[in-house]
Amino acid sequence: MNADEQKVFEEKIYAFVGQEVYPPTPAPDDVNLPMIRQWAEVIGETNPAYLDPAWAASSKRGKTIAPPAMMYVWGQEGFQVTRGRAPNAQSNLVAMFNDYGFTGVLGTNVKQEYFKEVSPGDNITIQMVIDNISERKTTSRGTGYFFETLSTFTDQNGEVVGTQRFKVLKFIPQELPAAAAADDNALEVPTRIASPRGHDNGWWWEACDEGKVLIQRCKDCQTLRHPPRPMCGQCQSMAWDSIESTLEGEVLSYTALRHPKIPGYPKDPICAVIQLAEGTNIVSNIVDCEYDDVFIGMKLKGKVEQVDDKTMLPQFYPA
Amino acid sequence: MVANIKDKAVIVGVANTEFSKNSGVSELSLAAQAVKGAIDDAGLKPSDIDGFATFTMDSNDEIEVARAVGCGDMTFWGRSHYGGGAATGSLHQAVMAVATGMAECVAVYRALNGRSGHRFSDGVSGDIMTADAIHWGWYMPYGLLTPASWVAMFTQRWMHNTGVTRDALFEVAHSTRQYALNNPNAFFYQRNFDRAEYDAARMIADPLQLFDCCQESDGGSCVIVTTPERARDLRQPGVSVRGIAQAAAADQEQMTSFYREEFAAIPEMEIAAKNCFEMSGLTVDDIDAAVIYDAFSPIVLWQLEAWGFCGFGESGDFVLDGALRPDGRLPTNTHGGQLSEAYIHGVNGIVEATRLVRGQSRNQPEKDVNHALVTSGVGIPTGGALLGKLD
Repeated sequence: MNADEQKVFEEKIYAFVGQEVYPPTPAPDDVNLPMIRQWAEVIGETNPAYLDPAWAASSKRGKTIAPPAMMYVWGQEGFQVTRGRAPNAQSNLVAMFNDYGFTGVLGTNVKQEYFKEVSPGDNITIQMVIDNISERKTTSRGTGYFFETLSTFTDQNGEVVGTQRFKVLKFIPQELPAAAAADDNALEVPTRIASPRGHDNGWWWEACDEGKVLIQRCKDCQTLRHPPRPMCGQCQSMAWDSIESTLEGEVLSYTALRHPKIPGYPKDPICAVIQLAEGTNIVSNIVDCEYDDVFIGMKLKGKVEQVDDKTMLPQFYPA
Repeated sequence: MVANIKDKAVIVGVANTEFSKNSGVSELSLAAQAVKGAIDDAGLKPSDIDGFATFTMDSNDEIEVARAVGCGDMTFWGRSHYGGGAATGSLHQAVMAVATGMAECVAVYRALNGRSGHRFSDGVSGDIMTADAIHWGWYMPYGLLTPASWVAMFTQRWMHNTGVTRDALFEVAHSTRQYALNNPNAFFYQRNFDRAEYDAARMIADPLQLFDCCQESDGGSCVIVTTPERARDLRQPGVSVRGIAQAAAADQEQMTSFYREEFAAIPEMEIAAKNCFEMSGLTVDDIDAAVIYDAFSPIVLWQLEAWGFCGFGESGDFVLDGALRPDGRLPTNTHGGQLSEAYIHGVNGIVEATRLVRGQSRNQPEKDVNHALVTSGVGIPTGGALLGKLD
C-alpha cells in the first residue's frame, strides 16, 4: 500500500467512526435470579448480595442486585449467533480490514464502567457504536489499526447503568519462521528467568542442575568465595576448586516481592540473604513458611529442587 | 590522597523539562529541551557548549544531543556508570573536564522516558548477556528482580540492627511530599498525603510500601558547568563545586553487596563524604541544606549517617526531630525529592541543590544556604558533591 492508497483506505475506515453497530435494543430477558446464579457459579462468585435473596432483603440495599460485570450478559444473542448475523457497521468494518490484508484479529482490552446497580425485574437496553479508530500502528504482531466499540447500557427508565469499551487490533500478520510459529502455538508455561552461563559461573549452575550447591575455594589460600569469581581476592591466585555446601544456613535478611507480579514465579516469593554454615552468603528462597514467620537469625535447611519445567534451584526450609 | 579541584568549576545554568508519566516525545527531545533550558538559564549560547557528561544508562548520544541543540565543536564527553550512582558522577566528569581545561562549558544531562518507556520496576531480565547479567543471575531465578526488592533486603536488616521504625520512613516520605505541595513540576503538587494513606498503600517488597518508592517519570534535567572566570560574567549567581567525589567500597556489587561482614551499610558513601570534606575544607556543620538521593525512603536515612549528620542508628531520631523540614537542622529534598517531584536519576537533585545555593528554591529555607550537599544513589558505587556560593 503506497501513501496515496493508504490515504484512500484510511478515509474509508475512519468513515465508520460514530456509526451504530446495534441500535438501542432491549435484552430478551429481564435481569433474573437463575441467570445470576449460573453466572456466579461459573465465575466462583459467592457474594450473598447476588445470591441470597433473604440476606439481600435484610441488607442496606433491601434487595438482590446483579453482579455489575454481568451487564454485557443480558443482551447476548445466544444460540442464533451460530447461524450468522445480519451485517452491521462492525462486521462491515472488519470485512474492509480483511479485504486490505489486515486479516489478523486480536482483542486487546475491555474496560467496563459501572454507574448504577440493577436488580431482578430490571431490563437492560444495549446500544453499541464504533467509537474510535487509531492511526496506523506497528506492533509486535504486525502493522494495523486499533478500533474501539463503545456499548452503553441503560435501564427501563433510560438511566445509564454502565458502559463497556472493547478494543480490537486488526493487523497484517507477520510471516513467522516455522519454529517460532510452532512455539506460538504451544501452550508454554512461563518459567523463572535463568541466569546466563559464562566462564565464571556456568560450572556452578551445571552443578545446581545436578542437585548440588558448590562453593568456590582458592586452591592456594583455601579462602571460600561466593558468587564465583575468576581470581582470589585474598591471594590473587587463579587456581580454584570447590566444596559442596551442606545447605545449613541462617537468615541475615529477607523480603517478599509483592509487586509487580512476575510471570513464572510463585506469588510473593520470599527471598533471603542466607549465611551458610561454611561461612559464605547466598541469596535464595525460603519456602514452606509464611512471610510473617520469617525472622533474622532463623535457622534453615536447604535442598536443590526442580521449581518449574526448566529450573533447578536451591530452596530453603525452616530447620 | 584526593586531587584538589575545589572551586575550579562552577554550575551556571540549570533546567528541568516538564515531568510526566507519558511525555509523548523521544528521550532525545527531553535531553535537548533540558540542555537548551540550562543554556538559556545561564545566558550562554549553544555554540558555547564544548563538552557533555551523562550516565552510561542514558540513551542519548552526546553527538545527537549536540546536533539537536545546535552546539558546535566538542572537546570532551564522559559518562558515569552504575544507574543513579552516576548522578553526581556525571557532574564529577564535568568538573574534572573544566578544572583541567579539557573543556570550558560542559552540559551534564539525563533524560528518560522512565514511565512510558523502559520502567525500572520491570526489573532485570535474562534477555541481556553481559558480564553484568552474570551478576544479576545470582538473584533473578529467586525473584529478587527489582530495585525495590534489593533495597528492601538492606532495609529489613538495617531496621533490625538499629531499631529504626516505620515512623522514620514515613517522616522521610512525608516531608518531601510537603515540599512538593509548592512545586508545580512535582507529581505531588497540591496533593495531600497523610499517615493513613501511607499505611494503607500496597506492599511492594517488605518492608517497603508504595509511598516509600520514587516516581517512575518521563523527563530530563541538565546543569551547565564552566570556569569561575567565565561564571562571573553570566546571568545567574554562580554555584561553585567545593568538593566532589565518587567511591566504590571493597566487595561492592550493584545493589546486591550482600557479602560484606555487615551488609546493611553503605561504606562507599562514607568514603565519598570523607573525600568531599577533605577537598572542600568544610565540615558537616557547614552544610545548610541537602538534596539526598531518595529512590526509596530508607536510603535517605543511611546517607544522613554516612555524611555524619548523626551517628550510626541515630538517623531515625534525627529526622523525627524535624531535621528535614523547612525550619529543621537540614532542610532536605526541598523540591519534593524523587519520591514526590520526579525520578530523573538524581540530576533534578543537582538542579535543586544549585537553586538552594542561589536562593531560588520553591521552598527556600529562611536561613542562608551557603553550602548544600547533593548525593548520588546508594547500594551501588556512589558519590556526592558540596556546592557553595561563587566568591
